[in-house]
Amino acid sequence: MSKILDIQDLVSYYVQVIEGRKTYVKAVDGVSIEVKQGEVLGIIGESGCGKSTLARAILADFSPPFQYIRGSIKYNTKDGKTLELHKLSRDMLKKYVWGVEISLVPQFAMNALMPTLKVRKLVMDIMRAHFKEVNEYEVIENVNKVFQSIGLPPDVIDRYPFELSGGMRQRVVLGIVATLRPRIMIADEPTSALDVTTQKMVLKTMLDLKKREYVDSIIFITHEIGAARQIATRFAVMYAGKIVEESPTEEFIEKPYHPYSSLLLRAIPDVAQIMIQEKIVKVRDVLYIGGAPPSLINPPLGCRFHPRCPYAMDICRREEPPMTQIEKNRFAACWLYAKK
Amino acid sequence: MLEVRNLTKIYESGLIKKQYIVAVDDISFEVRKGEIVALVGESGSGKSTTAKIILRLIPPTSGIIKFEGKDIWKDLSSKEELMEYWKNAQPVPQDPYSAFNPSYKIDRALHQALRLIGVDPQDDVGKRLIIESLKQVGLEPSEVLGKYPHQLSGGQRQRILIARCFIVKPKLVVADEPVSMIDASLRGEIMKLIVDLRDIYGTSVIFITHDMNLASALADRIFVMYKGKIIEEGKPDEVIRNPKHEYTRMLIGSIPSIYLKWRDVE
Repeated sequence: MSKILDIQDLVSYYVQVIEGRKTYVKAVDGVSIEVKQGEVLGIIGESGCGKSTLARAILADFSPPFQYIRGSIKYNTKDGKTLELHKLSRDMLKKYVWGVEISLVPQFAMNALMPTLKVRKLVMDIMRAHFKEVNEYEVIENVNKVFQSIGLPPDVIDRYPFELSGGMRQRVVLGIVATLRPRIMIADEPTSALDVTTQKMVLKTMLDLKKREYVDSIIFITHEIGAARQIATRFAVMYAGKIVEESPTEEFIEKPYHPYSSLLLRAIPDVAQIMIQEKIVKVRDVLYIGGAPPSLINPPLGCRFHPRCPYAMDICRREEPPMTQIEKNRFAACWLYAKK
Repeated sequence: MLEVRNLTKIYESGLIKKQYIVAVDDISFEVRKGEIVALVGESGSGKSTTAKIILRLIPPTSGIIKFEGKDIWKDLSSKEELMEYWKNAQPVPQDPYSAFNPSYKIDRALHQALRLIGVDPQDDVGKRLIIESLKQVGLEPSEVLGKYPHQLSGGQRQRILIARCFIVKPKLVVADEPVSMIDASLRGEIMKLIVDLRDIYGTSVIFITHDMNLASALADRIFVMYKGKIIEEGKPDEVIRNPKHEYTRMLIGSIPSIYLKWRDVE
């Protein structure tokens, strides 16, 4: 599988000036990650761990107070060129990258549709923003084809967004995104405002887009492990601005290596335990992780999880653990596995 | 202890041409002493409306709600009786951020709870009660007292709201999505506090949620709501293993489980 995106040691902070002093919110602090052709990468993390900021950083959307510090973001375009996104100007990014190469579907994407304009008009506006010459007939035919393939009714194009339900609107947005054929679609919590039955449909739509090759790869950012597990082929777990574990989905679910991942998995009650293991789950059996996620302004020294970690050793308090390969394709940043 | 009979709520909107929305449609159920029941449903299923009517915040269109034998909408005539009811039935809200007034210290929320049970927050008994209740919910009193709501995390705020319940010792707690805004790693702790409350004081809990995973772990009985009706009820393991209604089956099939992969999405 060829690499589409290669991020090395990316560091980007929010800069705040409080009483004349600069403080840094270390939201993305040394992240290295790759995205390969055809994969769905699930980035898992709790609120405030920097996962949405990572989405912004991948797009190289650096504007105050969000600042690029160091690291590289290399991206291979559709026609085989390699771009270093962190070196491009905003105008270049707007013209050649955003939307057409890498697309972001934010959490409340459904609210991005102006309710009083028909979907047709919205689609045309987007196309005109990206291309100089637009043939309306062609574009609409194209969009209709995408809509049809993800199971939206054919009259959606001439409906107003307020006539559509939340799930439908979210799927319309996904459809419009796909019309531009980006290589990577970043979906940031695309389903967290939806009911479970609608969520399932939206996740299915995302997979459909990939299967029909409208998009090559998907980065699915979420706090819901259950949802990510349904569509992601690979997991990356984020904690306090860092990736702490990377693994293929099945292996991760079976045996997470990082203490944070394994505690997190066991902190979520799951109906599957009732359905397959035939046992009665009680809250008493559900674990929780003591303490709270650290502040990103003053993260703890050493491993950022050490104040909450039951296995914390001396070295965890002093030195940051390196990302260590444990098995093929499996990595964790933890002193339990690293060679000291 | 709590009895809901044929409860219906119809919302009216519009001035000239009236529109009617049936939010709760003829539901009946009972909550026994010390029991945790979960109302599970998607948005718009009427579960929050039911909670508000039980808390006596909005009037029902028809139907009866009896709390310890008294009809809460007909038999509570004086202000004292009403205060007594609100003392016995306490809410735990969804959003711990907006439940506090941001311009007052969090102590005020606890003082109000003390006044509700007729204890002066400034005397020794009051102070002791506050400290005890905070310790019960796993907070260090010196770390949270005297702070403003924005200085605390969501989990801490939610725990203070539960500490209020430990002070008031209500007979019924109506928790409307109490953990949906709390991070997964802290949810278990909040849920355990609700169980503690039941185990120590025999409080009955109505737990309202959209998350079947949580409901099945917490509740003694589950009621599944759909379009204002209760379409299924039973013990969690029965409902999940043997759903009778078509909708429950679909709902359970859509739960994003960590351990089960959907077969129909590939």
